Amino acid sequence: MSKKIYERPILRKVVEGIPNKFGSLKRLRPISKIDDVEIDSIMDTYGSPVFIISENTIRNTYRSAYRAFATRYPKVQFAWSYKTNYLDAVCRIFHQEGAWAEVVSGFEYEKAIDNNISGNKIIFNGPDKSKEDLKIAINNNSLIHIDHFDELNTILELRKELDKQPQVAIRVNMDTGIIPQWDRFGFNYENGEAWNAINRILSSGLMDLIGLHVHVGTYISTSKAYTIAIQKLAELANKTYNRFNTLISYIDVGGGFASQNTLQGAYMPATDTCPSFDDYAHAITSAMNEASFPNNEFPTLILETGRAMIDEAGWLAGTVLANKRLADGRRAMVIDAGINLMFTAFWYDYEIYPLHETSFQSEPTTIYGPLCMNIDVIRKNINFPLLNKDDRFVIKRVGAYTMTQWMQFITYRPNIVMIDANKEVHVIRKKEDKEVFRQQEEIPKHLL
Amino acid sequence: MSKLNSLAISENGFIFKPSTGESFVTNEIGLFIIQLLKSGKKADEIIQEIIKDFEVDNLTAGKDLYEFLDFLKKENMTD
Repeated sequence: MSKKIYERPILRKVVEGIPNKFGSLKRLRPISKIDDVEIDSIMDTYGSPVFIISENTIRNTYRSAYRAFATRYPKVQFAWSYKTNYLDAVCRIFHQEGAWAEVVSGFEYEKAIDNNISGNKIIFNGPDKSKEDLKIAINNNSLIHIDHFDELNTILELRKELDKQPQVAIRVNMDTGIIPQWDRFGFNYENGEAWNAINRILSSGLMDLIGLHVHVGTYISTSKAYTIAIQKLAELANKTYNRFNTLISYIDVGGGFASQNTLQGAYMPATDTCPSFDDYAHAITSAMNEASFPNNEFPTLILETGRAMIDEAGWLAGTVLANKRLADGRRAMVIDAGINLMFTAFWYDYEIYPLHETSFQSEPTTIYGPLCMNIDVIRKNINFPLLNKDDRFVIKRVGAYTMTQWMQFITYRPNIVMIDANKEVHVIRKKEDKEVFRQQEEIPKHLL
Repeated sequence: MSKLNSLAISENGFIFKPSTGESFVTNEIGLFIIQLLKSGKKADEIIQEIIKDFEVDNLTAGKDLYEFLDFLKKENMTD
């Protein structure tokens, strides 16, 4: 006779009180496959933990975002936000789908060029552009989004030695009702600084002002902020036309669309509250259509959506290292993926699922990463099934900012694999080993 | 009457403690252990019973059993 499946004995007190707003706890259904590929087989081959990226999900998400905007507005262009995930394989999928590149450093600029994006399809944002970076960007006809007057002056200086007319836009910050107001980037609208910058650029005659750029913030869960931003940019475009007879050819509304990850402290899960691409598209394109731009010409609408485009396509599979009880009796689980891989766990309540059905019971659990640090917490409190040591789990929606903000701290960074449309698995970033670090370090002679 | 015998325990793991009015839930293995405790079995014997009936090794069964016994003690259910 075969033996019964074992799970740890539990004893849970039934607490009286008002039931929570979501009713009784739903059981966590295990997730054992991604795009029909067994997660177990990926982990057996590529180790644990391992990041898994779904090419199908990236393409489908991009297409639904593009469809939402392109069916509502005549001229739409997406630019892939490199900082969100700059793995070459990921960037190339977006470029194949038609996205330009949006970069914020010389390093990201080099990556975009290596990914065969032509210079005039690279948007160069951010406050840190060296003289050398700017020189290359000007020569490549890239779209330089000026962040501050010092940068503007550097471009004017460079113009003396270069033959090319720089193609520039200015980044504008403004009050759109979003708090905190991101006023550290670009020129302020309300105090007239943005208008001053436009005057300086156009009265110099030394560069072409072709766009206006705004980025209202990050994880924007109300689409109305974009409406206000576009109205203000249209106002600037009209003033520019009236005074300089210059047409603004594009409006870049940046990124900031929320993904379906729930922010810590949020009252409702983000899957219920997060605006869809259609919600954002409706607000943004309605504002673009209603705003009267000079000459009744519609400028191109550029979007730099990052998080909402890639979060869903990323997964992190890992293994339970240990279970323990904390001093107050709460259950704690230690897993092999910590904040070194998911810096984002500081602000998200990630959804975590077991790979296999192991237990019909669940317990309030704190999930810790493997680091020797008290702050290495992946979930502070989650009702989680009673997984045992060596059981496997998978974390959902980890495509954005994890693989760019991760830290090499205490341990090596793991493999990143991608499942393609034919369900084939490819390594797109190899796991690190001691040689990776040896290459970078040098030992002075007297310590050899 | 021993503390354990004073508990009202249903077949599906619902436990009522008349002395305090508190209720608890346990799972199949928890129920199995409580029944063995009530029949006077010692920890070592219970471990043997568990590994005979369930897919588990000696070490894990022992570790989990002692943790469960601590819970029972903490809730004042055992003597």
